Amino acid sequence: MTRHLILVGTRKGAWTLTGDAQRRHWQISGPQHLGAVISHYVADPRRPGRLRMSVGSGHLGPSVFLSEDAGATWVEAQMPPAFSPAPDGTARSVDHVFWLTPGHASTPHVWYAGTSPQGLFKSVDGGNTWREVLGFNHHPDFLQWRGGDKDGTPDGAKLHCVIVDHADKNHLLLGMSGGGIFESHDEGASWHPLNQGVAMDFYPPKDDGSEYAFGHDPHCVVMHPVHANRLYHQNHCGLYALDRAQGERWARIGDNLPREVGDIGFPIVGHPRDPDTFWVFPMDGSGQWPRTAPGGKPAVWCSRDGGNSFVKQNTGFPQEQAWWTVKRQCMAVDDAEQVGVYLGTTNGQLWASFDEGASWQGLAMDLPQIYSVEVVRLP
Amino acid sequence: MIRVFLPTQLDEYTGGERELLLDLPAPDAAAVTLAEVIAAVDARYRGAGFRLVDEQGNIRRHIAMFVGETMVRSLAAQVPDGGRVQIVGALSGG
Repeated sequence: MTRHLILVGTRKGAWTLTGDAQRRHWQISGPQHLGAVISHYVADPRRPGRLRMSVGSGHLGPSVFLSEDAGATWVEAQMPPAFSPAPDGTARSVDHVFWLTPGHASTPHVWYAGTSPQGLFKSVDGGNTWREVLGFNHHPDFLQWRGGDKDGTPDGAKLHCVIVDHADKNHLLLGMSGGGIFESHDEGASWHPLNQGVAMDFYPPKDDGSEYAFGHDPHCVVMHPVHANRLYHQNHCGLYALDRAQGERWARIGDNLPREVGDIGFPIVGHPRDPDTFWVFPMDGSGQWPRTAPGGKPAVWCSRDGGNSFVKQNTGFPQEQAWWTVKRQCMAVDDAEQVGVYLGTTNGQLWASFDEGASWQGLAMDLPQIYSVEVVRLP
Repeated sequence: MIRVFLPTQLDEYTGGERELLLDLPAPDAAAVTLAEVIAAVDARYRGAGFRLVDEQGNIRRHIAMFVGETMVRSLAAQVPDGGRVQIVGALSGG
């Protein structure tokens, strides 16, 4: 019988909500790995019931756990992502596995992982053993790309948003905070930056007026699952769209959001079928960067025309004095005809909309700080 | 014989065992290294070694290891026959 799973990773463990085919009734189960940081908890669209979870323990370091039965049982990866020794004193150790991405449909056992400190890893056995993607981690420009110690997020620089083009298994994208967006057309053997047109307000302008090629801070990057030429990304310095049928330069569509809301935020999710429709959750990136809902009034903003205009969607949310926000892995959509949009908040609330953002209801209100939300429909 | 005390954080690996007696041969010396002790712990509890020591051979930041009463940060530390190794979750974060 068809059911939906909402996979919720938090700062203190993982929870799963199981819903019926109509998404009317939800039951929560968990926690799994109580006390561990779950940076990413994801489903494999290639094989129903296959789940993967990044588990980080403050004491015991990073790992990946695997389930083949929709979370009923879990086993630990035999060889979690780990950097290889480096003879020149630059050896690094993985602090946490921040991101997990299933590979292309034609390679059913391939997975990618992004870590902090920044590294790209690949598994060819379903996530049980992992190897470095040497073309990226050992790229001669890698140290320049990732920048210095001040160019990462407070709990460590992150490699995230590993994207596999649905139409081409050799075509990969990823984001680095900081570092920018990078692209490969040969399954990770070689890479180039993809940051034209993106602001870098945290660096001085270059003397010759040119743009920085890398060093940017993309917070969340999405490629449309059907129209691979259409990319969106929420950056530390604005909200951007790239239509590669038109060129290779990102356009700052966030300028079309109301000025008092701004276009700073972390998450962005796209409609599963319509390349012009997507949702963002702006946060306050003014002054001292409180990273809260602007004015304490949380709202999702939806565009249905590729970012030319936006509609505020906050029906059901608290209307004032609500200072939570939404992290980059914490918005998701399902594939229903009336698309469901889901978000998890920094104060442990899981919200859902079953009418494409028009109205919102709370599904769980007292979880730990939410680090990731995914939704999957099981046949 | 070396007595190893294990932390609660490893319960998923050890099944809740708190103490382990290791009979490690040290043919050429009166002591073995801490690295050998950790390897023996990992052999007993598969996967536990990587939870204590990272891929560069460093004791994880929030794990503390004592040989007798002395905190050590290097796996090259010597553990005498009859000695005691205590592995604890460090007092990190209150």
